[in-house]
Order: sequence, then C-alpha cells, then structure tokens
Amino acid sequence: MSKEWPLWEVFIRSQHGLAHKHVGSLHAPDAEMAVNNARDVYTRRNEGVSIWVVRAADIVASSPGDKGALFEPSNSKVYRHPTFFPMPEEVKNL
Amino acid sequence: MYAQMVETGLSTVRTADDMAADERAFQARIDEGVKIEAKDWMPDAYRKTLIRQISQHAHSEIVGQLPEGNWVTRAPTLKRKSILLAKIQDEAGHGLYLYSAAETLGVSRDELLAALHSGKAKYSSIFNYPTLSWADMGAIGWLVDGSAIINQIPLCRCSYGPYARAMIRVCKEESFHARQGYDIMMSLARGTPEQKAMAQDALNRWWWPSLMMFGPSDAESVNSAQSAQWRIKLFSNDELRQRMVDQTVPQAEYLGLTVPDPDLKFNADTGHYEFGAIDWSEFHNVLKGNGPCNRERLRTRVKAWEDGAWFREALVAHADKHAAAKAA
Repeated sequence: MSKEWPLWEVFIRSQHGLAHKHVGSLHAPDAEMAVNNARDVYTRRNEGVSIWVVRAADIVASSPGDKGALFEPSNSKVYRHPTFFPMPEEVKNL
Repeated sequence: MYAQMVETGLSTVRTADDMAADERAFQARIDEGVKIEAKDWMPDAYRKTLIRQISQHAHSEIVGQLPEGNWVTRAPTLKRKSILLAKIQDEAGHGLYLYSAAETLGVSRDELLAALHSGKAKYSSIFNYPTLSWADMGAIGWLVDGSAIINQIPLCRCSYGPYARAMIRVCKEESFHARQGYDIMMSLARGTPEQKAMAQDALNRWWWPSLMMFGPSDAESVNSAQSAQWRIKLFSNDELRQRMVDQTVPQAEYLGLTVPDPDLKFNADTGHYEFGAIDWSEFHNVLKGNGPCNRERLRTRVKAWEDGAWFREALVAHADKHAAAKAA
C-alpha cells in the first residue's frame, strides 16, 4: 500500500498575543497527527502557545496573475496613509 | 556543501538574447531582489535545479542523523546524551523544512524519498565518513555544522522564497549545533592527555573532509555561474571554503589542537590563511559511492523506512476509519 499522507499548512501563535502566523507545512495522515507533528517540527524551542493546521488542499489562494486587479487599486489611494497629511510643527498630538 | 555540484542541465549561462519575454521578466525580478514564489512563472531549468539542490540538501540533513545516532547510547553523560538527541531531532526537522520547500516546486515527498532510497539522489559527501570516537560528535558539530552555517547564511537571501524561509529557520537552530560541538572539543582539550589526543584525532580525520564539503573550485563552472545568476548560489565554493578556514584555524589554536595541514600559514598581506592542496580524488570517490560508509548509510536509512512501513500504514488505516465514521 502506498498512499501519500496529505499536506497540512501549519500556523503558530507565538507567546505575545500576536495572530497565528504561517510557519511551514508537513505531511500527516489526519488532523490529530498533524498537530502532533507540528509540535515536534515547528515548536521545539517555545515558538508557540497555539497551533492551527489546515489541509493545504482546502486553502483558496489568489494567483500571481490576479495581482494587478487585486492590489493596484490601492496604489492610487495614498490618502489612506496618515503621512499623506502634513501637519504643522506647532500642532501636537496628531 | 550539503548540496554539491548541482547540475543546471545547461551548457552555457543564459543571456538576455536567449530569453523570451517571460524569462527576461523573471530574471529582472531576481536582479531586483524580488523573491520568486511557488505559483510564479519560472523557467523549467530553474525549477529542476532547485529541486535537485533543495532535495540534496534535505537528504543530507536526514542522512546526517546517522553518524551521530551511532553515539546516542554511548554519550559520556546524560546531559551530553540529551543534547545530542536534541541536535539529531533538529536535523530531522531541517530535512522536513527542506522537503516541504522542494515540494512547492511540484515534486512529491514520496518521489523524493524514493530517489534517496534507490541511491539515485545524492547527499553530502561528509556523511559517508565513520564516527569512531565520542570526539567525533564534537568535531562534527564544530567543523561540519560550522561549515554548514557558512553555506546556509547566504542562502537565507536566495531568490526562491520557500527555500530562503526554510534556511532562516535552519540557521537559527544551527548555531546551537556548532556551539555544542565546540563545547565537547573544549572539554576534551582541557581533559586528560588521552582525551586531548581523542580531540586531536577527530580533528585530523574531519578536517579535510570538511574542506571538501564545499565542493571543488567552481570558478569555471557553468552550473555555478548560472546558479549565481539565478541567486540560488551566492558565493563560490572557494570563497566559502576560505571563510571556513579563516574562522576555524584560530578556534583550533584556542583548543591547543593542530590543524593537520603542514602547508597552512597566515598571509598577513591578504589577511587570509593559505592551505595545502585538497585530495579531490578522495572526494570524487566518495561521491561515486565508494566512501567508507556509503553503503552502510543507505542500508540503514532504507531499513528504517521499511521497518516503519507498518506504523505509517496503521496511521492511515486509523485516519480512514475515523473519516468514514464521521461521514456516516
């Protein structure tokens, strides 16, 4: 019998209350083993306090070809950044 | 290095004239320092070369566990044993990060492992040498992992995103390996005359194979020039080897050990150490499969894989059963 274990993407939340962050992937036969393996592969040095695993096949991703349509519209909207508005020196706390 | 003499399948370095628009845009992104990601368009030769390089690197991490596994049950203290186990576990982790990076290029884990187990895929020459005494655990951490760090730190900036990210994780852990090795060497060098002789003997046996790890001079190599253009190789073999010698010789002096090279001398004008000729026939012989341990390493690796088959299959059966129960 040879059936390759599915691929799982691993997300770890580090100690300081930050969001889970993608750290890598691994193969495992099921979700429980994926969490166990993620513990061994990605948290050997207290890197995390919480693990998410998601089957790679279940992730829907944008494709490089869509980059223009998705991200270019925000290029022209520089006023969304606070630095767009110069403030006088003498005005404080803004 | 962990990946030695990686073929690109090309006989000349690609020039702008050889390239169609896609490839020119790809090379321009690399030249600008933009990372290439798994789903981006890439030339077939880039993809294939990276699969070779990353998988060879991964195989080296996995096979690299075997020479050290030899000493787990004979470590001198419980503390040393725990440290050695942690290091070996890291090597397994490094192999797994790298296999995952290779898989993003469209090759499967099973294909990669099959290539290792059939003897078709290569791994680093260095792991085909025997570990004859406890001092070898020190020499490997100090010299072999030390050399690996020199090779891998530049690769953290390589052009392929998943490989670069894997290298960042590896490098964070690798300096533990080098330091625990040097710590073993310090204990032995400060110990009894017999212990110091053990340390010297390990240095004598590991020095030249460690220099060979970087691979033969590639100043004239088309493969290396192409890999440099693709930014998956950032320094020449000779540059990296020189860096290793320059940093390691003073460390050997601190230990009171002698580097086994009568031609070794410091050149005050260049600021570098000059070293003797490397026996490349030995290197090529090891690559061809005739090193002291090639056959044993592969046999051990294949046996571990086959002995674990029933367990891997049981895990799948368990997973299938539960998935079926859930579906019902």
